[in-house]
Amino acid sequence: MKITIERAELLKSLGHVQSVVERRNTIPILSNVKIEAADGRLTLNATDMDLDMVDSVAADVQSAGATTVSAHTLYDIVRKLPDGSQVQLAASGDGQLHLSAGRSRFTLSCLPTEEFPVLSGGELPHNFSMTAAELRALIDRTKFAISTEETRYYLNGIYLHRAERDGVAVLRAVATDGHRLASVEGPMPAGVDDMPGVIVPRKTVTELRKLIDESGDEVRISMSENKIRFAFDNAILTSKLIDGTFPDYQRVIPTGNDKDMEVNCRQFADAVDRVSAISSEKSRAIKLSLSNGLLALSASSPEHGSAEEEIEVNYQGEPMEIGFNSAYLLDITRQIEGEIAQVSLADGNSPTILREVDDASALYVIMPMRV
Amino acid sequence: MPTLCRDCATGYATDVPLSECPGCGSTRQISHTELACLSIAHIDCDAFYASVEKRDDPSLRGKPVIVGGGHRGVVAACCYVARIKGVRSAMPMFEARKRCPEAVVIPPNLEKYRIAGHAVRALMSEVTPLVEPISIDEAFLDLRGTEKLHRASPAQTLIKLVNRIEAEVGVSASVGLSYNKFLAKVASDLDKPRGFSVVGKSEALAFLADKPVGLLWGVGKVLQKNLARDGIDTIGQLRHFDESGLVKRYGSMGQRLFHFSRGEDSRAIEPQSETKSISAETTFATDLNDPEELLNILWRLSEKVSGRLKAADYAGGGITLKLKLSDFKQITRSRVLASPTQMADALFRHARDLLQPELKNRKFRLLGIGATRLCSPNQADRPDLLDPKQQDRLDIERAMDAVRKRFGGDAIVKGRSLDRQK
Repeated sequence: MKITIERAELLKSLGHVQSVVERRNTIPILSNVKIEAADGRLTLNATDMDLDMVDSVAADVQSAGATTVSAHTLYDIVRKLPDGSQVQLAASGDGQLHLSAGRSRFTLSCLPTEEFPVLSGGELPHNFSMTAAELRALIDRTKFAISTEETRYYLNGIYLHRAERDGVAVLRAVATDGHRLASVEGPMPAGVDDMPGVIVPRKTVTELRKLIDESGDEVRISMSENKIRFAFDNAILTSKLIDGTFPDYQRVIPTGNDKDMEVNCRQFADAVDRVSAISSEKSRAIKLSLSNGLLALSASSPEHGSAEEEIEVNYQGEPMEIGFNSAYLLDITRQIEGEIAQVSLADGNSPTILREVDDASALYVIMPMRV
Repeated sequence: MPTLCRDCATGYATDVPLSECPGCGSTRQISHTELACLSIAHIDCDAFYASVEKRDDPSLRGKPVIVGGGHRGVVAACCYVARIKGVRSAMPMFEARKRCPEAVVIPPNLEKYRIAGHAVRALMSEVTPLVEPISIDEAFLDLRGTEKLHRASPAQTLIKLVNRIEAEVGVSASVGLSYNKFLAKVASDLDKPRGFSVVGKSEALAFLADKPVGLLWGVGKVLQKNLARDGIDTIGQLRHFDESGLVKRYGSMGQRLFHFSRGEDSRAIEPQSETKSISAETTFATDLNDPEELLNILWRLSEKVSGRLKAADYAGGGITLKLKLSDFKQITRSRVLASPTQMADALFRHARDLLQPELKNRKFRLLGIGATRLCSPNQADRPDLLDPKQQDRLDIERAMDAVRKRFGGDAIVKGRSLDRQK
């Protein structure tokens, strides 16, 4: 194998695959990236056995061939090469990869490609396409609510499934950690009659998010009960799905919250952010006190003192108080792009709904906390 | 030679020890050339559990008392009357009963001992902040630099302290005074009960020379046997070896052997470290493998731990399950909780998750559960969107707690904690 490639091209492509590789590996081959040169392209492949990333880039292939080398070492080298340099990769089958660029020369140990595991796609019967922007909207507005709790592993991802709103099919993404829940939907892509509800793991979501920004406008998605594949123009991400049942989240979205408050989302977020500066590092608790037309935010902590701020809101219900984790409130307000946020409350102890006013496609539920 | 009265703490210097204290006439005195300059102490309450029981029931005075219980239990503590008959701590109960059939056996009331232990520790903390507790009833005290504060030498302060413990808590204690932890600990054991022993720098080497190596900290049965095999029985014999030789032969212990045998111990007295975990465990009368029965016991243990968490104002951010198989093999399983808890219900549910995969129809002799990663209960037991019944269970438990607080611990229990055999 012998190729020449522009440093920036190689770096971008390596950047996509190297983060799949775990920092600590007991199986040596899993630390490596597979490099394959053929037909004017260089194809890079990395896997952690749950997630497989293939990225390909145009290169000047002088002779075809393949090998595997440490992904992080190669990435580290290419990253440090001067911008604009031409990188030459050569493997002669002696168990070493020779990298040269300008006056730098590196020799890297290789492992045979036969050892490199193949995450077989298997049959992926459900196929559809959507725009990268649509997929990004689903991911960005739900990702923050993914749970890290290991005992409830079925919450460690985004639940992507077919749902209906007013009789029209939608593609809905839901994530929750038991303290907050995000439910966001978009139009159902054409040509999907049925698809299984799937839980896409957190790591896959993170890698996918990087690809979306850099790899084109269209995503082809194919899936089975236990695998999902996202195909971009030059990159393919294949991942196992979380083998579990996502809880019946519809049941926990309150339906009887009749106290509505409308507030300028930016003003609200800024006030929460300021007041929370005083709340304790651990609980991040802040108190919302509602009265006719007025919202008072307050926080106090024995170490830091207290804070208060008032904003005018549209609220006509009974006066009430409720406490929230300010970090959770900020996570949610960050997702609301419109000017006015609507907060629907029941009482100080019950789950509360936040959403953008007049936008039914996204909904956030947040549990109150004692303050 | 500096001398102190052990009752009134009066100090005087004398060439020939007087038979009576010139101040109060007491015959309990302590003389030692280094009495005025030693300041590291070990205080150990005498037969603590048994002393507390005798304090609370005067009819027990003069009788042999054993605290412990159960057929498979061991002696948790025994008074000095029982010790004369050969009863020892940690001896199996049946053996203790055989040696001293007339002993009054009292099941342990740990709550009571805990309260008494805290009272003792509080008094210790009044004389120095550097108190390192080793157990509920013993601790190291570093009294360096307290002379001006108390207007008394460390030895005097210690005498006043143990007298105060005796008067205010109602149990006696023995003091070991020396220049390091190891020797202070050895000293406190020399003159029990109500003792006050001093091991000074000038005599340490001679004092240790003919003592068995088992006296050294960290030398247990196995090491003692290994040392004996190498011809080392006394601490003095250890001094024939250089440090590297001992390390080569006995590993990291070798270093300790080298220094301890020379009366050297550089460990500092570390004030009380924070509570790291709160746990409860029980050894069964007969080995168990019935899952239902194990779960019932697990529930009672969960309630116990939960009660302690609530009393100490802690919540557990992690949970550990401890199991001992019938062949004494020990298994521990733990998990970190997403939301800290102090509720018996939550502890039980997590412990049950950990227990179930371990059952495998095996027989167990011990079951224990501990709350770890202790934190403030302020944000514990946060409501969970996905578990709406959690709030109900919390409310039930809080209601039960309120009933118990008013009417006593047994006023209300869950059916699960009722023993079916009863």
